[in-house]
Amino acid sequence: MSAVEVAAVEEEDDLRRVIDDDGKVISGASVPKISDEQLHKLFDTMLMVRIIDDRMMRIQRQGKLGFYMKSLGEEATHLSVFPLRDDDWVYPSYREQGAWFWRGLTIEQFLNQLFGNKHDPTKGRQMPVHHSANWLNCVSISSPVGTQIPQAVGTAMGMKASGTDQVAMTFFGEGTSSTGEFHVGMNFAGVSKAPCVFVIRNNGWAISTGTEKQTAAKSFASKAVGYGMPGIRVDGNDILAVIQVANEAVARARRGEGPTLIECVTYRVEGHSSSDDPSVYRNPAEPEAWGPRDPLNRLRGYLKGKRLWTEGMEKDISDRYNDEISKYLKLAEEHGEPDVETLFDDVYQDLPWHLKEQKEYLLSQARTKNPHLHN
Amino acid sequence: MPTMNIIQAVNNALRIQMAAEPKSIILGEDVGKFGGVFRATSGLYDEFGEERVIDTPLAEAGIIGAAIGMAVYGMRPIPEIQFSDFIFPAFDQIVNELAKFRYRSGGQYPCPVVIRTPVGGGIRGGHYHSQSPEALFIHTPGLKVVIPSNPYDAKGMLLASLRQDDPVLFMEPKKIYRASRGEVPEEDYTVELGKAKVVREGNQVTLIAYGAMVSVIEEAAAKAAEIGISCEVIDLRTLMPFDIETITESVSKNGRAVMVHEAPQTCGFGAEVCTSLYERCMAHLEAPIQRVCGFDTPFPYSLEHEYLPNADRVLGAIRKTLEW
Repeated sequence: MSAVEVAAVEEEDDLRRVIDDDGKVISGASVPKISDEQLHKLFDTMLMVRIIDDRMMRIQRQGKLGFYMKSLGEEATHLSVFPLRDDDWVYPSYREQGAWFWRGLTIEQFLNQLFGNKHDPTKGRQMPVHHSANWLNCVSISSPVGTQIPQAVGTAMGMKASGTDQVAMTFFGEGTSSTGEFHVGMNFAGVSKAPCVFVIRNNGWAISTGTEKQTAAKSFASKAVGYGMPGIRVDGNDILAVIQVANEAVARARRGEGPTLIECVTYRVEGHSSSDDPSVYRNPAEPEAWGPRDPLNRLRGYLKGKRLWTEGMEKDISDRYNDEISKYLKLAEEHGEPDVETLFDDVYQDLPWHLKEQKEYLLSQARTKNPHLHN
Repeated sequence: MPTMNIIQAVNNALRIQMAAEPKSIILGEDVGKFGGVFRATSGLYDEFGEERVIDTPLAEAGIIGAAIGMAVYGMRPIPEIQFSDFIFPAFDQIVNELAKFRYRSGGQYPCPVVIRTPVGGGIRGGHYHSQSPEALFIHTPGLKVVIPSNPYDAKGMLLASLRQDDPVLFMEPKKIYRASRGEVPEEDYTVELGKAKVVREGNQVTLIAYGAMVSVIEEAAAKAAEIGISCEVIDLRTLMPFDIETITESVSKNGRAVMVHEAPQTCGFGAEVCTSLYERCMAHLEAPIQRVCGFDTPFPYSLEHEYLPNADRVLGAIRKTLEW
């Protein structure tokens, strides 16, 4: 753990960092090995999240989309999935768009889910940002926070029992560390030495409730001690540090040495969701103070230093994503809702008699107009 | 053919399934070395090892949460909840997660978890070892709910539950765990889910129950026969989806029915059964359907014998339908 000591910063001496706010490598910090191509892909993904977040919140404000959740300032934490293989599993919460895109979710699939249209991979079953992609081993998102934690551990226990070297990773916010499921999942993982990596996005806020109302512990990472696993605090706005600790945790799990808790210290620059108004409960100076620590800008600085970034390159990426979003947004709006018959699919594998009766009844009735249609 | 009690039949089914399906994993509190507090998993830890018969930490939400994670990954977990009274810490995992996984993921993630749990009163266990919470789970779209009443069905329906892809709450009537004995084939067989069983034929009143209450309505039918009343006895066996055809046919034939369960009456499963029968058999009914259920009180300790339905009370309800 020498990198921790070397990379120490004044006020937070247990916080792992690799680059500073300008993207320069901190003196003595070890830099994870990442190819130029992968560095470009990381930048590309973070930029894409920022663009799509911005576009989606704007159309939400225009009344075209029911709900949205942005990740502004937290994009680097999503890329904790960097060291995972395709056959590893991810249990996300609702604010890790970058993890989905990194694993291969397309903009088209992403937008179709937001609109719950007939091409939504989850068939319009959940509100926006609750994705599911079994072809990517990314598991369906649940709104009640923390439920995915023991589930991820169960998957990891299954991996272990099957004799594979696969790894499960799960994400959640710091507020979720207050749930029973956090305790239960961490404890199961510690006891069973499950190959599971827990990533806390400590973004400072659980809707309107600050971290001091969630724990009296010194840090969220320190909770790992009680479960017999390592807890690592990392600067969640430093993509290189995030990847460095994820590399270590995933490698450790793969070696059969058990779970790790990672606390990514970051900041939720905007509201919890499109339904939130942070001006009611927090000082606007607070998000402003985090501006200089913006994770995309820090990666940009790092790439500049390596001569891997030009303004033209960034503009090309932005234009490409904006065009793609425009194209699929139009289609997503046009596709229309799923057929009414699908309401009864997937409750069970086969339709039991009572659902057959209810389906026949509904189909015999006049169709009800959707009062929430945005076009 | 060997004679087994319900515990032995469950144990036998689990052994067959663990041997036949390497992806099966048993997990729960004290299910490993000890073999479960009722000994349903006895000997399986030694036979299949600690990776497949897991003594978990004491946390029901963890047991079911982990089972869900195993199932979506492709395993076939068989969690045990030590008493169905202890299931509530896992209520969210069962109701919001397990039951909805297939639906909410658009069919991407089926979740074949079979939760075994002892249910019901009659063992002097008081409130926390006696309840019958089945209605809460029948009311949860996505779950199947099974309660066998005898060793043959317990083995066959447990194996059937383990060989289909929907989540099942398999509730075992603990009062008759050892008292109910019968011939059970050694070999592998299944009893189809969703099918009730006409245990006794009769042409005046239809008695409907499940689990430990089946023996109560059988006793009531025998007493009724002594005074010249002919009762048909139906064991529902699967509560979700329940066998509407068998009960509709019987009640249409007899025009009179008594529904019995030990769970509290109000919003109990009997309410759904009765309504379904009124919707289908109204023209054939000679009297209102009677319910003999647990009272709408918490499950008592000292007065358990007064709380639970018994054959005399069922007989009273039978008379009521005839005298109406």
